[in-house]
Amino acid sequence: MAGRNKWISLGVLALLIALLPLFFPSGYYYRVGALIFVNALSVVGLVILIGYAGQISLGHAGFAGIGAYACALAPEHLGLHPALAVLLGAVVSGVMAALIGKPILRLKGYYLAVATLGFGILVSMVLTNERALTGGPDGMNVADLGLRDLLRDMGWRLSGGEFWYMICGVVLLIGAWLALNLFDSPSGRAMRALHGSEVAAATVGVDVPRQKLRAFVISAVYASVAGSLLALQNGYITPDVAGFMHSVEMVTMAVLGGVGSVLGATFGAAILTLLPQVLTVFAEYEQLVLGLVMVLVMIFLPQGLLPSIARRLRGRGE
Amino acid sequence: MMSKTTTALATFAALGVLAGAAHAEIRLGVSVSATGPAAFLGDPEAKTIEMLVEQLNEEGGINGEEIALTLYDDGGDPNKARTFATRLVEDDEVVAIIGGSTTGTTMSILSVAEDEGIPFISLAGAISIIDPVREFVFKTPHTDRMACEKIFTDMQAQGITKIGMISGTDGFGASMQAQCKEVAGEHGIEILADETYGPQDADMTPQLTRIRNTDGVQAVLNPGFGQGPAIVTRNVAQLGFEIPLYQSHGVASDAFIELAGADAAEGLRLPGTALLIADKLAEDDAQYDVVTTYTEAYKARYDQDVSTFGGYAHDAFALIVDAITRAGDSEDPQAIRDALEATDGLVGTTGTYSFSPEDHLGLDLSAFRMLEIKDGDWLAVD
Repeated sequence: MAGRNKWISLGVLALLIALLPLFFPSGYYYRVGALIFVNALSVVGLVILIGYAGQISLGHAGFAGIGAYACALAPEHLGLHPALAVLLGAVVSGVMAALIGKPILRLKGYYLAVATLGFGILVSMVLTNERALTGGPDGMNVADLGLRDLLRDMGWRLSGGEFWYMICGVVLLIGAWLALNLFDSPSGRAMRALHGSEVAAATVGVDVPRQKLRAFVISAVYASVAGSLLALQNGYITPDVAGFMHSVEMVTMAVLGGVGSVLGATFGAAILTLLPQVLTVFAEYEQLVLGLVMVLVMIFLPQGLLPSIARRLRGRGE
Repeated sequence: MMSKTTTALATFAALGVLAGAAHAEIRLGVSVSATGPAAFLGDPEAKTIEMLVEQLNEEGGINGEEIALTLYDDGGDPNKARTFATRLVEDDEVVAIIGGSTTGTTMSILSVAEDEGIPFISLAGAISIIDPVREFVFKTPHTDRMACEKIFTDMQAQGITKIGMISGTDGFGASMQAQCKEVAGEHGIEILADETYGPQDADMTPQLTRIRNTDGVQAVLNPGFGQGPAIVTRNVAQLGFEIPLYQSHGVASDAFIELAGADAAEGLRLPGTALLIADKLAEDDAQYDVVTTYTEAYKARYDQDVSTFGGYAHDAFALIVDAITRAGDSEDPQAIRDALEATDGLVGTTGTYSFSPEDHLGLDLSAFRMLEIKDGDWLAVD
């Protein structure tokens, strides 16, 4: 049953990514699509941390910042290829998450939220203040991936928007596939068990601190790769990517779409990325509409949009 | 599952409907930071352009064609700015873009404009925007380097050669600090003390005391922005400095005098634009007409004083209108760009612009006026 669900989720996601461009009236929609996929990727990471393991983080933009600046700094200072810089960023984020996760994951609830928040703010401060290295608040250029030129030489001409739509779509699919695999793996079961009750999980032999740390590190790597993709496709990066509001935005997307579900997370990311674009006509009311949607979802669909709707549909069917 | 697919499609469809703008006009795109941390820049910029477009269309537009303005608020977020720039180019199909209130948002819009070949006039300060020169990118505000040069020129005239610097660590302060250090030597200025403060600091007495205790300092220069320079000004007065204080163009507004206090600010100097002394300009001044027309219209419409930043947007719009008029073709971005580059002697509120293939800023030091605060008001001293 769970196995079938996995392939349905992946299939739906793949179909959406492949077929949506048929309805795009202009190149701008590829850009919005790519942004949705990037956001969805970091939110899928949060689904593992929040939805599976039941831990909270308000500092994941810090990892996105590390991933983004790895892509900006490594090619310039280490002469690394941008694609390798993505890997380097992911490794640095993972190690960083393991180091800070060990002590702070002993905290629970609000205390964990504040500790992770502190981490995010630290990263953002370093990026802002180390002007000589990062260019400070004005930001810095990011080297081109070079892959698009390579494809062009091979006779496949893609616009920047189309190219990044594809790359981000494929990476999101891989990310979703890994996350769905994790769900039914022993680790995934252990994470879900400790989510339900740490004491009960420990009693049946789950290594609670280890599984928490694993979820934290995995989600950090997701955020880092998403940050890298954003930096590469924008070609320019500022410390905003590591800002507190970006962390909050990620958690909001996860909670809105349904924090336990990979598809739901993607859905949440899509809505929160699209809303500001749809609402430019009444830009003054954007925050108002966003807040209202959040409050209504929390009151009437506390599981998040997608799981609640799915449950309602299923309930009617039976 | 079905419901989600249809919802997603419906959302995309809704986007398409909203984005379908009218054609057969001159389509101008703007993305500024009208809200968020850079709203003090973007808000007057957005208001200025909305007002000017309305005025121009009432007067019959350019060569009989009205301007269709698409204005987005990027909230100071470079990522959003890039999305809006893509939208302006791909979806709204504009022929020119004005915007980028901050250096970060400008750099994001810039690469889209360069890729797609759409002329773009930036409203941000950094020198890296136009140096090296990019084919489609222009800008209206003077660079920090020019502000430094203007200040150092004035110091030279006063016989000052050794100074102490105290700079904010915000984007503006840090950028100007670096630029000033670069050009100080060319003007025979020696920087003996180099202090910094955080944008949120409430007291700069320790740094200023260190500067005062440095032997031979003849003047203090404070590159900074927002409340920091006001606090520096007050601290300098409290400490009883007897050497002159120079501020940057970052605080060239009446609000600064109020914040620092007229007594503390008395006698300090800074480089500013003609907009600040609009009511004191001589009638035969080259900028008199432009500046008074703009300030009066803005005041009448919004009941607010103009700011230097709104002036940047005013000049960018004037440059675009002038270029389209001369290009005679409101459909071809390349022709507009070429006309823009050929701009010669256009008088704006910031200065007189003359672009060339090597210079996409087109201002010289004469655009700055050295101002002194006297009895709580601005006085032009050169």
